[in-house]
Amino acid sequence: MTQGLYEIISNEKLTETVYKMVVKGDTSAITASGQFVNIKLEGKFLRRPISICDFDENTITLIYKVVGVGTEQMSEMSCGKVLDILVGLGNGYSLNKCGDKPLLIGGGVGVPPLYNLCKKLINEGKKVTVVLGFNTKDEIFLESDFKALGAEVFVATADGSYGVKGFVTDAMKEIEYTYFFTCGPMPMFKAIEAVAVTSGQYSFEERMGCGFGACMGCSCKTKYGNKRICKDGPVLEREEIIW
Amino acid sequence: MVNTKVNLSGIVLDNPVIPASGTFGFGYEFAEIYDINCLGTFSFKGTTKDPRFGNPCPRIAECDSGMINAVGLQNPGVEKVIENELPKLKVCFNKPVMANVSGFSVEDYAYTVEKLDSQEQIGWFEVNVSCPNVHGGGMSFGTSPEAAAEVTAACRKVTKKPLYIKLSPNVTNIVDIAKACEAAGADGISMINTMLGMRIDLKTKKPVIANKMGGFSGPAIKPVALRMVYQVFEAVKVPIIGMGGIATAEDVIEMMLAGATAVQVGAANLVDPFACKNIIDNLPKVMEKYKIDDLSKIIGGAH
Repeated sequence: MTQGLYEIISNEKLTETVYKMVVKGDTSAITASGQFVNIKLEGKFLRRPISICDFDENTITLIYKVVGVGTEQMSEMSCGKVLDILVGLGNGYSLNKCGDKPLLIGGGVGVPPLYNLCKKLINEGKKVTVVLGFNTKDEIFLESDFKALGAEVFVATADGSYGVKGFVTDAMKEIEYTYFFTCGPMPMFKAIEAVAVTSGQYSFEERMGCGFGACMGCSCKTKYGNKRICKDGPVLEREEIIW
Repeated sequence: MVNTKVNLSGIVLDNPVIPASGTFGFGYEFAEIYDINCLGTFSFKGTTKDPRFGNPCPRIAECDSGMINAVGLQNPGVEKVIENELPKLKVCFNKPVMANVSGFSVEDYAYTVEKLDSQEQIGWFEVNVSCPNVHGGGMSFGTSPEAAAEVTAACRKVTKKPLYIKLSPNVTNIVDIAKACEAAGADGISMINTMLGMRIDLKTKKPVIANKMGGFSGPAIKPVALRMVYQVFEAVKVPIIGMGGIATAEDVIEMMLAGATAVQVGAANLVDPFACKNIIDNLPKVMEKYKIDDLSKIIGGAH
């Protein structure tokens, strides 16, 4: 983890409620896909944890949904503004057990952290399949970006307005995979847990205090003992999760 | 050259800045990002006789100028603290540390203090009497002078180390409770714990925190903490560790003027992991600004 100042170099609207922000600064603390940052906002006491969508030597891409006053404030920020950010939080996804044909499953605003993961897996020569779930066509984002990386992409919409009608689990039916990585809402996780045929990793969300393991504000019980979502997670292995 | 040293019950601290229990774990999370030996000391995660998972999530709610937590004393229990946590703490911190202890019966408190007493690195005990008294119908030990005195006396019997009692502000008269602890053998008073608070989510129309209520901390409670430290300072002879909303070097000085010998920093650590280090780094120049050359001479200076 590092604390640093980051300048916003872009902040654009992707859908009605989802925004993409790119910030410039030190990214050396990021060690894995699926980690997150924690952003200090003026007038807000606690920081806002946001997953890392992508990063390079000196930029971090964050895709976030406006869900409250903090993210609303972020959506109104202009380029050039400087933010105090804690970077490189959480464990992130571990790539060493995923076989040749990993499946990435993202639901809604759980999609972003899978992007850098997809990039890494493709760079390692894996045949990556991505399933994205959204409520409706207008909420879809990142589909073309995953395709541009070289992944095979399936989209499910709950209302059938685009792609497979239904949920990510409907789109998963015909896909062969050696392992899965997922991020999204709890009902999606439970549906995946019921049908998944391999090991995998789930990235969880919880209300956090600090985001770096100090306050025990986001603890959960696992088969391997108590874990803090912010520090020992957010990614947990399928085998350890107590549903 | 200003002097930031203070004497806390016979142990000299390089400075009065102490991360508060529950906001600093057992130190090693913070040692990853800076050398925590710059601290006066720190109060480690509240330890109980038995392991505790604590309350269900969500345990955290944001407030204006503060936060509410209902962690519920999650800790691995005193045996595992001694076996696993203290050895790790020792690697990253070479000064005496403050042991924060909680319990649900008088016997629990005495058991845990006695177990920890043999640990050399423990310099002080800070006994949190804000937890519910299971034998007393769930009322906190810290809400009655008699119950607080009973816990103090029981812990006093099992340790010769300096014994601080951490008081709850959720009482009608904190002065009476502080006096009762002093009379029962406490070497000092640590105050204030969090204030009972609540947030309600307008979308769900239910309390944000699963436990419904939780402890409110952060800059918003600083005036209450200052007032209570000021009142208790006038009523007891033992030293006070003051806390509640401390986030800057100026806050440290203000709390010491109210009557604190040392000062704890809580919620600020969770927002800024470097908070204590920054306060310590800033302290000399803020002292100079206010023409203070020896911090220990300003204790209770507002009286």
